Amino acid sequence: MSQIELNSTLIDVLQTQQRLDGAEELGSDDIGRKYLSFYIGGEMFASDILNVQEIRGWERPTALPNAPDYLLGVLNLRGTIVPVIDLRIRFGFTHWIYDKTTAIIILKTISESRERWMGCVVDTVSDVISCEDSSIKNLPSDGGTVDGLFIQGVMNVNQQGITLLNLENLLSLKLINHPFAGDLNIHG
Amino acid sequence: MEIDLSQFHNVFFEESLEGLESMEQELLNLEDDADKESINTIFRVAHSIKGGSATFNFNEIADFTHILETLLDQMREGERNVTREIIDLLLRSVDSLRHMLVKLQQGEKVDNSYLQLLHAFEKILKNEDYTSKSTDAHEAKHATRSTHEAQSPAPQTALKNTRWCIQFCPKNYILQTGNEPYRMFRELKGLGHLDSHVNLLNVPDFDQLDPESCYLSWTLTLDAEVEESVIREVFEWVEDDCDLTITSIASDEKTSGECEDKNRQSSTERQSNKAPPHVTGDLASQSESFTDTEQAKESASDNASKLITVKSEEKVTGSVKAPAAASIRVGTDKIDTLIDQVGELVITQSMLGELGTKFDMSKLNALLAGLNELEQNTRQLQESVMRIRMLPIGFVFNRLPRMVRDLSKQLGKKVDLQISGEATELDKTVMEQIGDPLTHLVRNALDHGIESVDERLESGKSEEGQLSLNAFHQGGNIVIEIADDGRGIDPDRIIRHAVNKGLVEADTELSHEQILALVMEPGFSTAETVSDISGRGVGMDVVKRNINNLGGSVEIDSQQGEGTRFTIRLPLTLAILDGQLVKIADEVYVIPLVSIIESIAYSSVVVTRIAGNIPVVQSGKEYLPIINLCDEFAIKTSNQSGQKALLAIVEGENRKIAIHIDALLGQQQVVIKSLDNHYQAIQGISGATILGDGKVALILDIVGLARRAAKNHDAKRQVA
Repeated sequence: MSQIELNSTLIDVLQTQQRLDGAEELGSDDIGRKYLSFYIGGEMFASDILNVQEIRGWERPTALPNAPDYLLGVLNLRGTIVPVIDLRIRFGFTHWIYDKTTAIIILKTISESRERWMGCVVDTVSDVISCEDSSIKNLPSDGGTVDGLFIQGVMNVNQQGITLLNLENLLSLKLINHPFAGDLNIHG
Repeated sequence: MEIDLSQFHNVFFEESLEGLESMEQELLNLEDDADKESINTIFRVAHSIKGGSATFNFNEIADFTHILETLLDQMREGERNVTREIIDLLLRSVDSLRHMLVKLQQGEKVDNSYLQLLHAFEKILKNEDYTSKSTDAHEAKHATRSTHEAQSPAPQTALKNTRWCIQFCPKNYILQTGNEPYRMFRELKGLGHLDSHVNLLNVPDFDQLDPESCYLSWTLTLDAEVEESVIREVFEWVEDDCDLTITSIASDEKTSGECEDKNRQSSTERQSNKAPPHVTGDLASQSESFTDTEQAKESASDNASKLITVKSEEKVTGSVKAPAAASIRVGTDKIDTLIDQVGELVITQSMLGELGTKFDMSKLNALLAGLNELEQNTRQLQESVMRIRMLPIGFVFNRLPRMVRDLSKQLGKKVDLQISGEATELDKTVMEQIGDPLTHLVRNALDHGIESVDERLESGKSEEGQLSLNAFHQGGNIVIEIADDGRGIDPDRIIRHAVNKGLVEADTELSHEQILALVMEPGFSTAETVSDISGRGVGMDVVKRNINNLGGSVEIDSQQGEGTRFTIRLPLTLAILDGQLVKIADEVYVIPLVSIIESIAYSSVVVTRIAGNIPVVQSGKEYLPIINLCDEFAIKTSNQSGQKALLAIVEGENRKIAIHIDALLGQQQVVIKSLDNHYQAIQGISGATILGDGKVALILDIVGLARRAAKNHDAKRQVA
């Protein structure tokens, strides 16, 4: 995906967010919630779109001392210092490159009554999809390289299985040093 | 039209806490000199806290301040002498009020600790009734004054009555003045059982009804043992906007006959009344001419309108729990300056913009001049914004007189506290953290420094010890001095003690300053008995560490028998730092300029390895450990093998270390950003900043690194 496409996805995200903000009172005509989908190591993952703060192109963050290798460093987001993790390393994938389609999705969670942001590096951003809550299923097997803690469930959209991330755990600072399952279960 | 009151809670808390502070100060003044103005100030504070707390339904505080106010009123009228006991009691109630406010601010319930004080006040007030003849006269005066528009009842019955009939006819613009009868009724309800009857006679036809006007009037019956003035106070803010009649009914009358009469006259509709319903809801629900279905739906029945009230009340209590954002009071002059400077910035910006649209080389000088101006504007703006964070140090100093008073009483010493330089400004964050060290130093001076009265007289000093606090600016620092004329520090005793504790060798030769500095070493406490005031052995070293953490320093100067002086130096602000940018591996780091002693070329120094492979470099008489941040921080670098070009000798907490760096880049002022907004604090890093190119650079925590180096040193030595 080129930078222009990335921007158009971003606009899409923003519009959806606006629509959803308004939709809460009016009653949405779309089915289910909206999710942002993205590729990590060829697999499709998704996050609730309301947790997406913004999407940025790849830029090298400033490295932090004594950080685990998936914690790439910190980034300047208009004056705010935001940590960045590489989800491909975090999830135990063995091949990754930083190129034009690599994106940093700034995701936000509320923890201890304040909003926290974290940048997450993914291969490419894909699309905004809707999915009903009822079609989100539990993880069928626990044997993957991604730690079960970080997975909310699996959704099926257009005959494609998409892993829905559990952002609360993924962005939690308590779990930031949690070893990823890939360590125990080397893949590829 | 119910206003969400919770949004004002914070303002109330802040103002009340501020008020309590001035109340405390005035109380302390009162002790020296019973000044009428001081009593008035105290009274005003108590009164506004009472008003506010009643408005926001903090009944405990309202009750408590009410009784406080009664006592203060008597003091104000000169009917009660200002005694030490009363001042003590008032000071304790200041503490208690503060405690209650803080509890409420945190969204917790107030505990009952204030009741004890309440009883103490009641006892004092009751005694007065028996002993002083002037009270009756005073109360009578009070009563007649407050019933100027009503029939003045006999003073005796006005004092305490169990049943009151209140005629309340607000002018129809009352809602526009922001006064809400419901709230007054709620306050009345707080006094006792309240029955209310609403008069609907004046409600016009629907097409003539102005929704912002109030057409209602009320007849209220209140069962409460209160004085008329208390009831009148509820209506204090609307006195001029209503017709108010307050009549007392003898309590033994079974039905409030007089009231009922009036009710019948006005053919009111009776409402069973736990809480008087919301006014607008009321209007809607009871106006018979309401036929419009749309409106009717909105208006609903009595019950519904009650429901609305209840709901909004729930909202009030629910939202109190939200964490309060810190706020600051800023002088308008500072804001005006800011606005002026922003104005200038805008002008410069438009000038540059115009230059840019049709630029040719002939305008180069104009461009450079413009850029110069822009730089100047930016710097001024930055300084002004920083000044907003600056507060006078008086905020910290002001809590000390009370402590000195209590402590000197407890210790049986006489102390005269002199404070100067309260107006000296420093950064709010620095201020918040300097409070505790300062308190500790003052406690120390009182406990260890200043002698008892007998001892002072014996050594030929006046019986009152002098303790002075002073603050002033010096260079880019603020200096705080704490000086006493007490017994001073005995160097021999310090050395003996330090040797006992194993802090120094018995035969080390130390200068006077070095000996005094031992007092601030960890594990040093000279107090022979551990008192609850100071001498727990965690005192001075904590003071020193706290001040060092703020980037400041402490010095001690003491002459035995003549006194001790502590001098604290602090940076004015923590938000900006003069930094040296350095390159280490592929990253840019910032070293605080103040901590850099020198930087030397690596090739020019002799690196020796001591004590089991610790690389050190000799500088003067000392060996300094060399720290390689690539190892220390586990940074990946493209040229692992490459010898570092430079060594930066830096100092933190009197420990010197040498840091390997690849290159010195430049010096600049950097704005410190916190890492723990979205991440967490990191060892060895004190913060981050954003460089001109938008990249993040980490600021090295030299003190932390030096401490860590010393620890590693010890660890390695033990292994070796």
